[in-house]
Amino acid sequence: MRTRRPVRPAAVAKNLGALLLALVFVFPVYWMFSSALKPADQMLTKDPVFVFTPTTANFAKATGVENFWTYVTNSVLVTVGAVLLALLVALAASFAIARMRFKGRKGLVLTVMMAQMAPWEVMVIAMYMIARDGEMLNSLPLLTAIYFVMILPFTIWTLRGFIAAVPVTLEEAAQIDGCTRGQAFRKVIFPLLAPGLMSTSLFGFITAWNEFAMVLILNKDKSAQTLPLWLTEFMSAFGNDWGATMAASSLFAVPVLLIFIFLQRKAVGGMTAGAVKG
Amino acid sequence: MTVHSQGAVTSAPQDAPPKSAGLPETPAPATGPGPTPPRGGGKSLPTGWLPYLLVAPAVLALATLLLYPLIKNVILSLQDINKIEFIQRKYPFAGLDNYTELLGDTKFWTVVVRSFGFTLANVALIMVLGSLIGILLNKLGKKMRLVLSMALVMAWAMPIVASVQVFRWLFDEQFGVMNWVMRTAGFSGYEQHNWMETGLSTMVIVTILVVWGSIPFVALNMYAGLTTVGAELYEAARMDGANGWQTFWKIVFPNLKPFFLITTFLEVIWVFKAFTQVYAMNKGGPDRASEILPVFAYVEGQSQAHYGLAAAISVLTIVILVIVMSFYFRLILKQEEEQ
Repeated sequence: MRTRRPVRPAAVAKNLGALLLALVFVFPVYWMFSSALKPADQMLTKDPVFVFTPTTANFAKATGVENFWTYVTNSVLVTVGAVLLALLVALAASFAIARMRFKGRKGLVLTVMMAQMAPWEVMVIAMYMIARDGEMLNSLPLLTAIYFVMILPFTIWTLRGFIAAVPVTLEEAAQIDGCTRGQAFRKVIFPLLAPGLMSTSLFGFITAWNEFAMVLILNKDKSAQTLPLWLTEFMSAFGNDWGATMAASSLFAVPVLLIFIFLQRKAVGGMTAGAVKG
Repeated sequence: MTVHSQGAVTSAPQDAPPKSAGLPETPAPATGPGPTPPRGGGKSLPTGWLPYLLVAPAVLALATLLLYPLIKNVILSLQDINKIEFIQRKYPFAGLDNYTELLGDTKFWTVVVRSFGFTLANVALIMVLGSLIGILLNKLGKKMRLVLSMALVMAWAMPIVASVQVFRWLFDEQFGVMNWVMRTAGFSGYEQHNWMETGLSTMVIVTILVVWGSIPFVALNMYAGLTTVGAELYEAARMDGANGWQTFWKIVFPNLKPFFLITTFLEVIWVFKAFTQVYAMNKGGPDRASEILPVFAYVEGQSQAHYGLAAAISVLTIVILVIVMSFYFRLILKQEEEQ
């Protein structure tokens, strides 16, 4: 692309292919949003209708279910709780791993690495038995605790990388200037960790926000359920309310889409920085 | 981890050590699991109780909420717990009965084979198509690259539960777009085609969903990795008269080997445990014909109330996963040593 050349068929094919791929990847997302805005009589047609007058009826139906605000509150509580806990606990652990030498450090690093691959989806039955025997079915604190441990290994792993990237000399300089080790951490390292804290908490948010298997089995009581189960509520043996399902899915996806687009811009920034320096 | 939680997995390490862009999970250079390099200034590090105090909450949390359920899982698998025992809270010891029952059951082996086939097909498709799209991204002009990467990000960001619902709607028997597409393309028999008629066809729909949702991770990382391969290397390869295929195998692949290893590894784990996609799509049906191991364990446990048996299934699943993982761990460790 450095010099101007006449249009070649290969380049045209390349761009057409890319355009087609873009359409394929975006179509399900587009179809979700457009179906959510479709009037009922144009939704259930044998041939899909592409042009229609948008309506908010589906959103009204989706948010009009009895427990809607309970689902929202539960999801927000559980997600935010798990993320904050993970950040706090991981910050301490990753600082120790990145900056201190102690017996069992290697073992801990290996454990964290392995724990990242924990087969949570496989352990639901054991979790169910434990929760039942401990009278903790339909418990939001237990769900929060599980999500916290789900995202903990990744949070430790990532923050450890970020802390290790901060030169020790910065910390030492602060200590020479009269800071205690704790103050040096708070005033020097912590501010430099902002991007790390941001991306790990976003990752945690997405994991907890999406979790389906645990809440499906542990919290059968609607008052203790979260939004992922709400999405499946408009399906029944008598038929599916696709309009409401698509509206619910759209509402559920919007926060993640927004977060992601924001995150992606940062990631691309990191990529280009890497390319320039590399 | 769920497939869509991949977002930060890539971006975070890319932010930190810029050189490792495209290599998620690669440990930061300063503190590999190997010997700790000497710190600047030769300052002595505290060796008292402080590090233990700092890691204690994390260790405690992992022990109570991860290790304990894992152990409980093994214990359950050695007990004979069905509906009655469950209600009476009596858990009679059964020895290896659950395991012998499973290993002698063709139904179990069918699910194992299906799980492997599903994982293999998905990971192969994800890696091949994802890499190709990554290469394409690298060859596109600025504008087209933005268009394609935005589309990839949209698919990547879709929460799994939401995307399962969308795919159910796209493939709906009566009003789904896919039937219309097939009719419009001139195929017959798609008036009211039931895409989830058989276990295999359900698995195909799940595969399309998983591949669609997973390609962006591989493609965008592949592209990020490619930008770190120096342009002069391509130039040199071109001077030597290498074609695209040779350039890939001689230049791109060796340079990005860690990326391929780690990404394949992560995809194997994610796909093997794809509970949400399979269960929310058709509950493992029709007639239990689309169950993979985690779904099989769930259905046996919850719907059939065979808790001990379900626990045995999950233990065997974990064992299989560990075997596959250890094979990969060795590859990755070897890779680390080579560098």
